[in-house]
Amino acid sequence: MTFNILEFLQSIVSLEVFDYLRDVWAGDMPAWLIEVILDVVGILSVSTFMLLVVLYLIWIERKVAARIQDRIGPNRVGGRFGLLQTVADALKLLTKEHITPAGADKVAFNLAPLIIVVAALLVWAVIPFAPGVIGTDLNIGVFYILAITSVSIVSLLLAGWGSNNKYALLGAFRAVAQLVSYEIPMVLALLVPIILASSMSMQTIVESQSVWNIIVVPTSALIFLTAAMAEMGRAPFDLIEAESEIIAGFHVEYSGMKFAMFMLAEFISAFFMAALFVTIYLGGWRGPGVAEFPLLGLLYFFIKTFAMFMVIVWVRATFPRVRIDQLLDFNWKFLVPLSLVLVLTVAIVEKALPVDLNVWVRALIHAAVNLLLLFGALELVRRYARKLRSVKLDEAGTPRDAAETHRPAATAQATD
Amino acid sequence: MLSDWQFIGLFMALAVVFPGVPIILSRLISPSKPNPIKQQTYECGVETVGDTWVQFKVQYYIFALIFVIFDIEAVFLFPIAAAFDQLALFAIIEVVIFVAILALGLAYAWRNGALEWI
Repeated sequence: MTFNILEFLQSIVSLEVFDYLRDVWAGDMPAWLIEVILDVVGILSVSTFMLLVVLYLIWIERKVAARIQDRIGPNRVGGRFGLLQTVADALKLLTKEHITPAGADKVAFNLAPLIIVVAALLVWAVIPFAPGVIGTDLNIGVFYILAITSVSIVSLLLAGWGSNNKYALLGAFRAVAQLVSYEIPMVLALLVPIILASSMSMQTIVESQSVWNIIVVPTSALIFLTAAMAEMGRAPFDLIEAESEIIAGFHVEYSGMKFAMFMLAEFISAFFMAALFVTIYLGGWRGPGVAEFPLLGLLYFFIKTFAMFMVIVWVRATFPRVRIDQLLDFNWKFLVPLSLVLVLTVAIVEKALPVDLNVWVRALIHAAVNLLLLFGALELVRRYARKLRSVKLDEAGTPRDAAETHRPAATAQATD
Repeated sequence: MLSDWQFIGLFMALAVVFPGVPIILSRLISPSKPNPIKQQTYECGVETVGDTWVQFKVQYYIFALIFVIFDIEAVFLFPIAAAFDQLALFAIIEVVIFVAILALGLAYAWRNGALEWI
């Protein structure tokens, strides 16, 4: 087969460009070399795309958050809308001095920004962008994602520990407590779509969503979104880099390009969480007409992902930061029990329903059970909050039985 | 086709380039004039008192312990979820019992105040 520019362009539109090039080169090169070249091209294009898209994700975030908070946002560099603001910021950071604080652990200090970006990029290997367009369809895709996202915790700890700064270390402590805690509800929430698809492969999960998972299991989607927001370390869960308490947490000592790498990783992983949510709960690339024109799948995927990113920005711009005890209470006393019950309930309901049931009837039964669980849990929290509010105050303004109302268990332990 | 894990390995090797190149590039073009004042640890006004590498608050350790238990539980649940369509109802009941035992552990930790932030 010889190279033909028209066929080449056609293969791009039908998303079979790699198969086309494989056919063209088949005679000239050994098979393994073709595969390596194609894979390198694929990896480099995905990674470069991520770096470029982050420039505009930052711009979108600043602009949208500004509008939500009744401000204007960037409006000087690059025309009225400040389109080149982040490019200018990146160039400025490129020329800034690298300051390493005295007494820092140099290996940990320099390794941390490297690891966090690598971890943020690696997860894109298993995200299906369109039918057939996926780095590698691992049969344990979801598990791989969870494993790689955990690596960023190591990086935060390295950064906080290596900086020789107490604020940085506090940030790292918080990062470990928060990220580690919120991984549990995230993992448990992800089990639900895996149960429904009976597979951990991302492509299979997308293909099995003839009804979007957010309709079938809305509670799981909500738990996942909350936990993912905490995993990203963004407001309202940005305790690890709370500016007003611990200045910038783990990256307080970083300057120049190394600081930029932390920002880069933060935005890539925010975009990734949006993409993961889309893949698992919003049907990924599914949409009308994808079977005939695979390129539409790519379009649907990115439209959905950017919409999800907007939701994340919206949440960030709306809610104030939570306190660390509230953060951990919310996780261990609400999200974890709820997600445990949810996984078991969905498993039992799915097994109890007949196999040949209509997909929509099945979806509606699942959705009803899910919403029932969610509102039941919320009602319990509401009652608990009402109990807290109804505490009688004495003259000094302190609750009369504060110890028993707020910290029953702690008090019991102290008197032991 | 490269095998899945060869692809991941290739990705990992190439991904290092993306943070590596900007950092090295900025090393080359940015100024480097270190001095003792500049390299002091950042603080709000006064110098840091005592050793920076302080002990962990024990509370973090307790949360880490609970995390390990539940993470292992999740690892056990993943194969069950992935093979869900081949499981009998009996297997699901077993999973319920397994999770219930761990939930009992969470309830015990909760009751004993391990989940309180002191």
